[in-house]
Amino acid sequence: MDFGGISRRHLLQGGAALGLSAAAGLKPAFAAETTIGFIYVGSRDDYGYNQAHAQGAAALKKLPGLKVIEEEKVPETDAVEKTIESMINLDGATLLFPTSFGYYNPHMIKMANKYPKLHFEHCGGLWTDKDPKNAGSYFGYIDEAQYISGIVAGYTTKSGKLGFVAAKPIPQVLRNINAFTLGARLANPKATTQVIFTGDWSMPVKEAEATNSLIDQGVDVLTCHVDGPKTMVENAARRGAFVCGYHVNQSPLAPKAYLTGAEWNWEALYPKFVKMLAAGESIPNFYRGGLKEEIVKVSPYGEAVSDEAKKHADEIKAKFMADGYTIFKGPIKDNKGNTVIAAGTDRGQKDPELEKMDYLVEGVLGATS
Amino acid sequence: MTSETADPLDTAVIAPAADPGFLQRYGASIEYILIPGAALAAALITFGGFVALFGKSPLDLYWYMYYGAFGTWFSWQNTLTRAAPLILTALCTALPAQLGMVIIGGEGALLIGALAATSAALALQSMPPLVVQLAMVVAGMAGGGLSIMLAGGLRHYRGVNETISSLLLVYIALAILNHLVEGAMRDPASLNKPSTREIGAANMIGSIPGTDVHWGLVFGLVAALAAYVLIYHTTFGFAARVAGGNIRAAKIVGLSVGQLILTICFLAGSCAGLAGMVEVAAVQGRTNANLAVGYGFTGILVAFLARQNPLAIIPVAILLGGIGASGGLLQRRLGLPDASVLVLQGIIFVFVLASDALYGRIGFLKGKS
Repeated sequence: MDFGGISRRHLLQGGAALGLSAAAGLKPAFAAETTIGFIYVGSRDDYGYNQAHAQGAAALKKLPGLKVIEEEKVPETDAVEKTIESMINLDGATLLFPTSFGYYNPHMIKMANKYPKLHFEHCGGLWTDKDPKNAGSYFGYIDEAQYISGIVAGYTTKSGKLGFVAAKPIPQVLRNINAFTLGARLANPKATTQVIFTGDWSMPVKEAEATNSLIDQGVDVLTCHVDGPKTMVENAARRGAFVCGYHVNQSPLAPKAYLTGAEWNWEALYPKFVKMLAAGESIPNFYRGGLKEEIVKVSPYGEAVSDEAKKHADEIKAKFMADGYTIFKGPIKDNKGNTVIAAGTDRGQKDPELEKMDYLVEGVLGATS
Repeated sequence: MTSETADPLDTAVIAPAADPGFLQRYGASIEYILIPGAALAAALITFGGFVALFGKSPLDLYWYMYYGAFGTWFSWQNTLTRAAPLILTALCTALPAQLGMVIIGGEGALLIGALAATSAALALQSMPPLVVQLAMVVAGMAGGGLSIMLAGGLRHYRGVNETISSLLLVYIALAILNHLVEGAMRDPASLNKPSTREIGAANMIGSIPGTDVHWGLVFGLVAALAAYVLIYHTTFGFAARVAGGNIRAAKIVGLSVGQLILTICFLAGSCAGLAGMVEVAAVQGRTNANLAVGYGFTGILVAFLARQNPLAIIPVAILLGGIGASGGLLQRRLGLPDASVLVLQGIIFVFVLASDALYGRIGFLKGKS
């Protein structure tokens, strides 16, 4: 619209006008560098899901020729479509990372169709060949890291009772709970995991209540799958329990209580993506991987971790790195006694059945509904 | 609400030269523009000072706010898209305010409206799109209307404070929504984001031609105009305002106050329910927890800023839409946290409320000097 008039009037304001008029849409100023937009659903210093992505964005900021722009607390509505378009139209972004699950369909798909020349990479979505080719989804098998956490937790617990503060009984969360429990029972076959679902991704009050009530029941090692593990970690440490982290390394919050944790490794993955694009290759539309592919990682062990635990955990980690280990290996029973994976069936990480997980394995105390 | 008109004798004697007729006639109207405008300007200046404390230039701030909200055609569309649901949810507070009721449950009516509209669409899948869309409108409005009518009924028949009950009904609505979306109405294919089935692309209402602003904006404008005519130009509206002014007087003159309360509450809730229908039919295509992003709560702010006037809701909603639209740019260009938008909204709210004391007290508008 009436664009010239605005710039002209603005020029009269002097001062900052020079830089701003470049920002006002004269795109050639940015032609030399690529602009990458990151969109977070929560705050980028939440010690959790969003911070993990912000750390990945920070890794890109260090590379030459890249300009990284970020926007936090964008809800999963048409607001994210507008944020994407704003980044494209006003900042000249050509590669976008809308990082929250609910951004994928319909919002990011719609934008990818509308801007077919730009690239869209989504965390957690399930790209299918019906979706636009300039869109992609990536995710990590973080249950591998949870399995390692479980082993460490199994060795550390004295009561044999582990606690898991979880958001919703959806496949991704159930898979983490199950992997953590299977890992713990590898170390201590009698260990149990009490799970509490808070009902949503960010419920600090309920997370604190769940943490306290788990500890009151005798749980002495806790982990979680919520957007911001900070509440659980700090409360558990205050009560003298040990914790395994999630999303990012929370050891600064509880240096003594922190055993290890399952972390995303976006700071390794995002530069890889950018290099692929720079080399003229395309990023695979459906990108998945675990410890071996450096999409997830395990936090360094805390001081309370025994040598025995470290040895066992490192051994399994080495097997993951060599691609020679299956977590969901039959026979596996759920906590109601039904066989969910038959003897002789190996469900490898890429098995689509695992994406539909709707059960809790034997050893988990709790119910999915 | 009631600004005193100047004493005619007074003006005639003291200020004959200042065209007393004009000021006398339009002084009150000028106040309605001048005072909120001044409050807004004062709020922006205060926010500029706040931003200056963080070492950012207020001039940059104002420029980016303008640019992000109204500076380009894209920015305008971004603003209007965000304003659309706010017009409808603001009416949910503004209509009952005519009766002296403070209803803050627009969010709940929106969610119930969305659920009802989705249910209607899913039940009528074999019908032609126009029928489905009409059914969605009717169901959404009826659902939202009944939920606020419940609060009105509780107030009238049981003496329950409508502010508290309408707020608590929001949590009930959210619980119902989550229960249905994660249970009976869940699409089994929605693995990690529990949602209902999609209403189908053919049943979506799409955008206003030539823009990517959805039809919710037109619905909002029509509803606001209709509400204005209803309140200020019909006997029904007059009766409502009488009851709002003095409920006992209204009863004495024979007005059926109960009927007024129930009707107005139903209309108010149906506006918010329509907003929910639009979110489903124009944005999300289905119902899930993403609908609860606070449009209902921002609507309360809009209604109060507009001094509960249905017409004034339109510019105020556009203003708040613009603040939301420029919020992203403030994050990206100035590095301000997302919360700064909330700070600005809060400052505007305080200034506008405080400016209430100025009505009828500005000397020159009364024709006195």
